[in-house]
Amino acid sequence: MENLLSITTFIPLLAAAILAVFLRGDDGQARTNAKWVAMLATLATFLVSLFILFGFDPADTGFQFVEERTWLAGLTYKMGVDGISVLFVMLTTFLMPLVIWSAWDVKVRVKEYMIAFLILETLMLGVFMALDLVLFYLFFEAGLIPMFLIIGIWGGKDRIYAAFKFFLYTFLGSVLMLVAMVGMFADAGTTDIPTLLTHEFAFADMTVLGIHIVGGMQTLLWIAFFASFAVKMPMWPVHTWLPDAHVQAPTAGSVVLAAILLKMGGYGFLRFSLPMFPVGSAVMGDLVLWMSAIAIVYTSLVALVQEDMKKLIAYSSVAHMGYVTMGIFAVNQQGIDGAIFQMLSHGFISGALFLCVGVIYDRMHTREIDAYGGLVNRMPAYALIFMFFTMANVGLPGTSGFVGEFLTLMGIFKVNTWIALVAASGVILSAGYALWLYRRVVMGDLIKESLKSITDMTRREKMIFAPLVAMTLLLGVMPTLVTDLIGPSVGALIAHVHASTPAEFLSAAADTVTH
Amino acid sequence: MISADIQTVLPEIIIALYAMGALIAAVYTSKDEVAPLLTWLTGGLFVVVAGWIGYNGAGVNVAFDGAYVDDGFGRFAKVVILLSAAAVLVMSQDYMSRRGLLRFEYPLLVALAVVGMMVMVSAGDLMSLYMGLELQSLSLYVVASLRRDSVKSTEAGLKYFVLGALSSGLLLYGASLTYGFAGTTLFSGIVAAVEGGASIGLLFGLVFLITGFAFKVSAAPFHMWTPDVYEGSPTPVTAFFATAPKVAAMGLFARVAFDAFGSVTGEWQQIVAFLSVLSMFVGAIAAIGQTNIKRLMAYSSIAHMGFALMGLAAGSAFGVQAMLIYMAIYVTMNIGTFAFILGMEKDGVPVTTIASLKMYSKREPLRALAMLILLFSLAGVPPMVGFFGKFYVLRAAYDAGLTWLAVAGVIASVIGAFYYLRIVYFMYFGEETEALDGKISPVLWVSLMATAAVMVVGVVNLFGIEPLAAAAAATLVN
Repeated sequence: MENLLSITTFIPLLAAAILAVFLRGDDGQARTNAKWVAMLATLATFLVSLFILFGFDPADTGFQFVEERTWLAGLTYKMGVDGISVLFVMLTTFLMPLVIWSAWDVKVRVKEYMIAFLILETLMLGVFMALDLVLFYLFFEAGLIPMFLIIGIWGGKDRIYAAFKFFLYTFLGSVLMLVAMVGMFADAGTTDIPTLLTHEFAFADMTVLGIHIVGGMQTLLWIAFFASFAVKMPMWPVHTWLPDAHVQAPTAGSVVLAAILLKMGGYGFLRFSLPMFPVGSAVMGDLVLWMSAIAIVYTSLVALVQEDMKKLIAYSSVAHMGYVTMGIFAVNQQGIDGAIFQMLSHGFISGALFLCVGVIYDRMHTREIDAYGGLVNRMPAYALIFMFFTMANVGLPGTSGFVGEFLTLMGIFKVNTWIALVAASGVILSAGYALWLYRRVVMGDLIKESLKSITDMTRREKMIFAPLVAMTLLLGVMPTLVTDLIGPSVGALIAHVHASTPAEFLSAAADTVTH
Repeated sequence: MISADIQTVLPEIIIALYAMGALIAAVYTSKDEVAPLLTWLTGGLFVVVAGWIGYNGAGVNVAFDGAYVDDGFGRFAKVVILLSAAAVLVMSQDYMSRRGLLRFEYPLLVALAVVGMMVMVSAGDLMSLYMGLELQSLSLYVVASLRRDSVKSTEAGLKYFVLGALSSGLLLYGASLTYGFAGTTLFSGIVAAVEGGASIGLLFGLVFLITGFAFKVSAAPFHMWTPDVYEGSPTPVTAFFATAPKVAAMGLFARVAFDAFGSVTGEWQQIVAFLSVLSMFVGAIAAIGQTNIKRLMAYSSIAHMGFALMGLAAGSAFGVQAMLIYMAIYVTMNIGTFAFILGMEKDGVPVTTIASLKMYSKREPLRALAMLILLFSLAGVPPMVGFFGKFYVLRAAYDAGLTWLAVAGVIASVIGAFYYLRIVYFMYFGEETEALDGKISPVLWVSLMATAAVMVVGVVNLFGIEPLAAAAAATLVN
């Protein structure tokens, strides 16, 4: 099929339009209809996206399923996937039906809620498929609108502060990227991403406002893109919007935020920063590595002292994203394979953890860790699921969490032993906060009066978790499912980066590359 | 050839004759009773003339020995002016009728102002420039104080008049200096005189001219009158001020900058860039504290003028194209936003406080959604069309080597996003308050929905205005 990617992308938007135009009223029937339309649309998107997965040829390192149309202002509407993006597309289409299902009990403004998520899915898919700079920016930035509304309308007590912080923080990050994109357009004369990937941006040293800049224009462009992706990722020290946004967002919003939206940052590094500005990456790479190492240790320590479950998991997300940036800027096969793997696995695990919090939040309407304890006595099934994902989060071998952490640590070990040493301590710390959380919430005797009548998970809740458990185990046992698919594209990316980095910028990082 | 000259200015003559004829007819017949009819008639005439100019205009026609130039640039600006004026006129009819404000002079004064604007964007001589500008301004002074028994409205009119007169004075002074040193008032003569470097006298003239224009487009630091006039004038008049006159003033600015001083781009580029960056920041920061939506829109328009000036500051054909596209988009957004504001009433009394919109989305989901789209478009968030306006001017500024201006612009747009989001916050997240009236006149409803739809659908190809604007810019800059 020629328009497979466009069809996948716009099914949810079409469903959203149908809901907006044809669904009237706010009674029980209308709500049920809204939920079913959203469910069927996301399922249809998933089924269609399977064609992408099965039609994808891993050996081809170029873009596949490419479609192109002229657009305005010298831009093109161009979509395509390669080994780096195809699994993010799959992650999105796979998780969205579960997200919709998890929102089954929402009572307030259900129609609008479903529309917001459907639009969000279209925009997220667009980000991973766009092959035009401005088209990418359009999807990337537009995603802020539905998320802003999701946090602001359906969020918790301090939702307004969180929504504004989320919007303005990420908006500021990405407008600088827009200026950089304009600069790239002017320099290369095109916004076509495949062309830009082979374009060499100037890297002669230059002086701006009296500051000597090594790597010149490439470094400046790299910094502008970094401002956007680092906020999105989020990297320490610009991560502070994430805990607020997570805590205030409704469960389904948190899941999307943690599982998919954060991955846009990592995807951006892989698609733009690394291959387009190899010199900029070489100049700034060490800084990123150290920032990642600090993020892993610092946010793990911060997670230890949290009293709010969602906040704890949010900080743990920041720590896990630290492995991702570390793996990416190690610029070797293990590092980048590991980074992509870690992002996919984190999509399942953190999504599941937020759903776990959602399960008890729906019953008790509090996320305070102190309000719980001894849940295992009344909720054995919940205790089991929660334990599984806690272990996956810690990185227990056999779960997907282990593979991602192991590969990124291996990648970084080849480049910089000290950073590997610091980062590896994060593995221990993550075990600390995750297991301690589990002990305080689930284990022990059930003393609290309010918890005496709590009920175990319903069938719907169990069924939401089933696919997530399956994927976490599957990827943990058979990581080659992923690495075989992404390997050739990642290999090509690394070869390109090394080939286009002049010798004087080659740091220790490149010297130790092995294939 | 006088007949050929008249042929060229026929659109202006027709509207002027219509205005005068209708004035006499109305005075001798039923006066204010025909006002609604006149309003629709004037709006219809604007649309017809716009279509005529848009479809029939071709080439460059010079009339009155160069005092009047009919070219692609002028025609593009005229079509935007005429269509926006028509939209605002028909939108205001219901609002003004119900408050007894709809005097028959109103549509006719607007028609005369529009004639002035058309002359402005087609001026080829300092004299015709000034004539057009004054015809526009004098009509607008009267319209601003249309609500004669309201202190605020008369204050707005007076303020507008005094400051407008001051700016006209500055402009006239600049024009006289320019004339003195160039020896001619014709733009073609001035451009020849500044060839190879302008003399200090001409530069002085240029600076004063620019100051006058900055007043008219309400660019900071000459923006002080804008919030008060916007707030004091009746809302339909505010809507008018925010649209057509801004296009005309920007058109005039570009006309003088390129036709008369096109060979010394470097001399005015810095000034325009400075006006641009200041306007963007003043507009963005000062709007944050506003509680009145009309004042907020005033600051918003100042910020938007800053972005449009960014296109002009580029000093290139692409910059002018970007500016024209930006103005067309800006006008469309403002028509929609003011259609919404005109519909804000409680028990028939207009309300302009932002806080009255609390939880508006719950009672009027569709209208709230349309406003949401317009607000995100004003903020320049993709995929709304407002983003493309910003994208064009940023590109123009970057290409012209004004990277610092582009960076300043995007930072200002983040600050600006805050106050647009604040309205969204009131409409969607706030607590319930006493409800505004649910009814809205059909014209307003259609304007609101149509502009909101344009903001979303325009992402496909901007309705094809890009090649038109490019052609228009090419006739001005060569």
